[in-house]
Amino acid sequence: MAMSRDEVFEKVKDVLVDALGVDDDEVSEGATLTGDLGAESIDFLDIVFRLERTFSIKIPRGELFPDDIMNNPEYVENGRMTEKGMTTLKNAMPHADFTDFEKDPDVAKMTDLFTVKTIVNYVTAKLAA
Amino acid sequence: MRWVWIDKFTDFQSGIRATAIKNVSLAEEHLHDHFPGWPVMPASLIVEGMAQTAGILVGEARKFEEKVILAKVKRASFLKEVRPGDQLRYDAEIEHLTEEAAATIGRVTLDGEPLAEIDIVFSHIDNNMSGLVFPEENFVFTDEFKSLLSSYNVSTKNA
Repeated sequence: MAMSRDEVFEKVKDVLVDALGVDDDEVSEGATLTGDLGAESIDFLDIVFRLERTFSIKIPRGELFPDDIMNNPEYVENGRMTEKGMTTLKNAMPHADFTDFEKDPDVAKMTDLFTVKTIVNYVTAKLAA
Repeated sequence: MRWVWIDKFTDFQSGIRATAIKNVSLAEEHLHDHFPGWPVMPASLIVEGMAQTAGILVGEARKFEEKVILAKVKRASFLKEVRPGDQLRYDAEIEHLTEEAAATIGRVTLDGEPLAEIDIVFSHIDNNMSGLVFPEENFVFTDEFKSLLSSYNVSTKNA
């Protein structure tokens, strides 16, 4: 039987509590992984491994957390995401909410796209596929 | 002193699991400071023993082509002290292995009793540090570490 979004959220919360050593009341849907929950780069790998195990899914590299777009000069100019970069990123991350990032596409703020909600959306879509 | 915290492999299944043992001896100088009159193996060195057991397992799985670096200790819990004369058994198992990283599950036992649980994430740094360049030679897997594996292979062939 398909898992509801709430059930996915609860399991994602458990994953983040274990991977990042945070309290479960810190893990809200809007929390950013890096800013609010203190994730570092290696934690993203750990989170991907744990999600794969928890939900019995396969997460190809760069699908949940695209990491190659920021290094492409065509997509980033003077520390800001170009229009082309934004389009590419939005296609790569249909699970993320771009409302704030589109207003101020400073690449330093790109990590704010990685929220708890982003993961929950991604996993929910993956399980439904 | 050499930075090798396991004495030999007793089991090695490529890409799957490995077992190593470590004999703790009062000849190890640090035990005289940790603590004076009450020598106890530091927990950090038990983690290092697991990192070496699991790290060689992960490295061998890719024929030592990757530079395997300990990136994160996911979990480390210890149940009791380790004293001179004790023999530790490290069991490591690969949980995940990808192009860029690996995760391992580790259990340490003493006389068959659980002693520690140590789970680790390793990074294959050449594939994983967005553009940083590291020396060509594999500085992680020195001959000292590889010889542990070759002596295991020799002993199993002779058995």
